[in-house]
Amino acid sequence: MKGFILSLKSEFYKSRKTLGFWAAILLPFLLLFFTSIGYYTNSDKVAGAPGLLTWMRFASIALNVMGALLLPMYVIFIAYSVNSIEHKADTWKTLFSLPIGKWWVYAAKFFYAMLLVFITLMLFALFTIGFGNLLGLLKPEIKFADYHMELILLQVYFKLFLSALGILSIQFLLSLLWSDFLKPMGIGFLLFITGVICNGVGWKYAYTIPYAHPMLALKSMFPRKPNMPPTQIVVDIFTQDVFISLGVSVVVFIAGFYIVQKKSVK
Amino acid sequence: MVIETTGLTFNFGSQTVVNSLSLQVPQGSIYGFLGPNGAGKTTTIKLLLNLLQHSQGDIKIFGLDFATNRTQILSQIGSLIEQPAIYSHLTGRENLINRAILLQINESRVDEMLKLVQLTDAAHKKAGKYSLGMKQRLGIALALLPDPKLLMLDEPTNGLDPNGIIEIRELLKRLTKEQGKTVFISSHLLAEIERMATHVAIINKGKLLFQGEIKELETLSKPQVRIETNNTVDAANLLTKNGYVVAEINNDHLSVAYKSKEDTGKINALLNQTGLTVYSIHKVQKDLENLFLNITQNQAV
Repeated sequence: MKGFILSLKSEFYKSRKTLGFWAAILLPFLLLFFTSIGYYTNSDKVAGAPGLLTWMRFASIALNVMGALLLPMYVIFIAYSVNSIEHKADTWKTLFSLPIGKWWVYAAKFFYAMLLVFITLMLFALFTIGFGNLLGLLKPEIKFADYHMELILLQVYFKLFLSALGILSIQFLLSLLWSDFLKPMGIGFLLFITGVICNGVGWKYAYTIPYAHPMLALKSMFPRKPNMPPTQIVVDIFTQDVFISLGVSVVVFIAGFYIVQKKSVK
Repeated sequence: MVIETTGLTFNFGSQTVVNSLSLQVPQGSIYGFLGPNGAGKTTTIKLLLNLLQHSQGDIKIFGLDFATNRTQILSQIGSLIEQPAIYSHLTGRENLINRAILLQINESRVDEMLKLVQLTDAAHKKAGKYSLGMKQRLGIALALLPDPKLLMLDEPTNGLDPNGIIEIRELLKRLTKEQGKTVFISSHLLAEIERMATHVAIINKGKLLFQGEIKELETLSKPQVRIETNNTVDAANLLTKNGYVVAEINNDHLSVAYKSKEDTGKINALLNQTGLTVYSIHKVQKDLENLFLNITQNQAV
């Protein structure tokens, strides 16, 4: 366990000056920042709507971009970025000859990639809340102050995080096995397109494709029950797609370790 | 023995890269692991570090087995394999700090290592901008950081300038003499190994050709005295008359067996006294190829 914590510390130390790390912070910041500028300069168009609707519209801009396109691509990039740091420096042999169990080195790396995705998505929620409230202060006519959906936003992005874990585990393994960017990226992109198509045509078993999970997670996000008042929103986190995403990630993560162990260190 | 292998074999597909290798590396030695490129040196080092799994045989390091004592063994080894593994986006110092985090070593040791390999001035420069020699020195600093009992260095003088090579050589000698450390060092250059090693193993095509103390190797390698004069034929005749066996002669130079420094002086005087002009006279070692020939011929006998 100590090896895991040391490896995790080292992962942070060596990646803190890389694009992979900064992307985790900059991506949500920039997306929400520009959305907010749009809201600020067009306040007359968005003003007047009730609080709930204002929040929903504001949040859905980043949420739709993220869920539909950006999240799978971002996860592919993060999985590549944490592994490429070792490929580029030719440091796998050093990592696996440290007096730390190979399992902990591997697990810490995966956990770190997971942490980056988690931080990004939580920052999406936090920046949405922050910028929303800031806009509410600067332009009181946009009715952000009338409604609070902090918890809902955190739940929404947490669900997106869980739905991305299947993709992450597969891409992590691909990026670990191949040192170049094109192979894991190409395969990931193809599978993602497959997911989009299967989801688009409403294929019944689209939930079996991890790359479709973020989209499916958005679809199943807000279940509407007949007796619910229209202003009430409930987030259904643990839906079928999320369970499958979690299952895939656990299986691929464990299988990945045995594949890595069998693979000779070049 | 610090390292002891018996019948170590590694197959890559159908090819046997390391063939029944039995190495014995005594404590406090500088063990030169000599072989041409592609002989299986790096593969052997990777087997010794548990980076590759051997097909057959047995490895004991500090008398311990990897199966049950992996962490304990690796915590006492510092290694440098092929090109040094360095994060080019980090500075030299950050590379060392990163390793210090992993090994729970105090930061003061990092500065000590930088000083030791003379990188203090370049400590805050990105390692990607280092010259090959600086990278190699940083690699050595990384290997030495945990103050290991055993150092495994794979061609560590690659890319170093003559001064750098001498520094590394002196450093390794000091570490073994003063601190009782053991150094396992691979190279394809016989001359380099001869200058520092106490023990030598020679491998070719995955097989061990020779293993023993450096003195034993010297008897095998049979150095010669190479002489350039204004008349090689006369010089050869003169030396033969005086009981020397001329091993090689051409227009340019001739060679006789090396006996001692004093004897080389005598040859020089003899040639001078007879009126021949000696342009150069010096001891030469056999190169690795000729040494291989010698060893294999000896084995055949």
